[in-house]
Amino acid sequence: MANNDFDIRYVANLARIALSPDEEAKLGAQLGDILGYVKKLEELDVAGVEPMAHAVPLANVLRADEVRPSIPQEAALANAPKQANGLFIVPKIVE
Amino acid sequence: MLHELTLSALTAKLAAGEVSAREAMLACLDRIDAVDGQVNAFMSLDRDDALGQAEAADAALANGSTHAAQPLLGVPVSLKDLFCAKGQPANCSSKILGDFRSPYDGTVVRKLRDAGAVLFGRVNMDEFAMGSSTENSAFGRSHNPWDLERVPGGSSGGCAASVAAQECFASIGTDTGGSIRQPAALCGCVGLKPTYGRVSRYGVGAVASSLDQVGPLARDVRDSATLLGAMAGHDPRDSTSVPTEVPDYAAGLGGDLKGIKLGLPREYLIDGIDPEVRAAFDAAVKQCEALGAEIHEVSMPHTEYGVATYYIVATAEASANLARFDGIRYGERVDGDDPFSLYCNTRGRGFGEEVKRRIILGTYVLSSGYYDAYYLRAQKVRTLIKRDFEQAFETVDALITPTVPAPAFKAGEKMDDPLQMYLSDIFTISCNLAGTCGISLPCGFTSDPKLPIGLQLLGKPFGESELLQIAHAYEQATPWHTERAAL
Repeated sequence: MANNDFDIRYVANLARIALSPDEEAKLGAQLGDILGYVKKLEELDVAGVEPMAHAVPLANVLRADEVRPSIPQEAALANAPKQANGLFIVPKIVE
Repeated sequence: MLHELTLSALTAKLAAGEVSAREAMLACLDRIDAVDGQVNAFMSLDRDDALGQAEAADAALANGSTHAAQPLLGVPVSLKDLFCAKGQPANCSSKILGDFRSPYDGTVVRKLRDAGAVLFGRVNMDEFAMGSSTENSAFGRSHNPWDLERVPGGSSGGCAASVAAQECFASIGTDTGGSIRQPAALCGCVGLKPTYGRVSRYGVGAVASSLDQVGPLARDVRDSATLLGAMAGHDPRDSTSVPTEVPDYAAGLGGDLKGIKLGLPREYLIDGIDPEVRAAFDAAVKQCEALGAEIHEVSMPHTEYGVATYYIVATAEASANLARFDGIRYGERVDGDDPFSLYCNTRGRGFGEEVKRRIILGTYVLSSGYYDAYYLRAQKVRTLIKRDFEQAFETVDALITPTVPAPAFKAGEKMDDPLQMYLSDIFTISCNLAGTCGISLPCGFTSDPKLPIGLQLLGKPFGESELLQIAHAYEQATPWHTERAAL
């Protein structure tokens, strides 16, 4: 039971993933099958059932709002693909 | 041979001064040189750092440090490739992290170091812990030490293979839907998934944040108890870690099963379980009965919805977590004319096929117009699955099931059918959705070829002590944990 309502190009774009035409065809078909399988959940009556985001609910976990040391700037930048003057370098965003 | 010892046997020898930590580390390195060309468990290995840590442990032992205070002092332990250890790689077996080096120690790494462990090597995994075979690693698959043509399971397949191949005394993995228990079962070691919130996730590559949990893979139950004790506990850096006291797990071992009630979930004993797995499981249940346990049939009516629920919840969470890999702050970058194309190119090139598949699925189930039908519905079914566990635990102390429906499969067998791959996690997944604890331990072997079979025990939330006691009683009454793969 495949799901034919699934637009792989549209969703890959939302996910910011460039796919080759071959990948689009293969992943699109596989995901259609998987979505067909998960439709199984429609068999269940979930009226009145609370959704569950976490198994162990802990609410309002806060820490004291105080200044603490953090990793130095050089360490934070050490893994950057491009960096200069203490900044991450990215392509131009506005003309 | 030194590398064959259990962790507890090694610490006894270290404490008695019969061997040094350096000798133990060298024994692992020699073993890796001898067999890892076949097994391919280790992705990276910093020998100088490993020997330096071992020498520091020897110095501590010479200065009077004890295993009572530091239970892992001098013990070589390998790490799944997603733990942050300062100055070391953490590739998550993905190309997208490039030559990333962790700028800090995660909490589990820090706690293991405090307990004296010699943390060495990054072991293989499915890329971003997505898979059940390590075939999704960007750096080639690992091989099952019992039959090199077969997979070691996954995603913590490198952990299980490295323990089974005796290249280390234990390994630390993560379990999101079975990723510790399934490879432990397929490689014949003990794998423990603690209760969600028991172990800090700070400094662990995040996949599905409401499901991920850190745990040990080891040679026996006692070693697993010692490792859990060293890692567990509240961490202010992980807001989902629970401030519950950590018992002395190892000290509680040694009893029998008198008065213990074990639940046999009838929905788990479906058609399609391999006959040898079923026979080994039935014998294990009888063995537990002989040790004094009462066996009760229980019903977990939403079991069949576990896999579908999981692949909505887990992929949704992963799609959000993996948004951080954008080629800006760390890892590989594939250039583009503008930030948008840079993101798309980086992620299109850097992620492997299964990771793309899951991120796209997760993005879809969260997207406008589909959220209620998929994600919200799955969260409601998750509540029903958790209730199944709560109801079962009203009458029994733990559940007993096979870990996996079949022994290790051959490499390549399921790679073109992701759904079949997902279904191999059918018995392990619900435990993560419910957030409770589980363990897999050896309960026999198939005959030809000889492949390990895993027994799964699922315990109450924060009931690791009792779970380990039950597992230990079974283990000590059976010979399976003493078997070693011939390499």
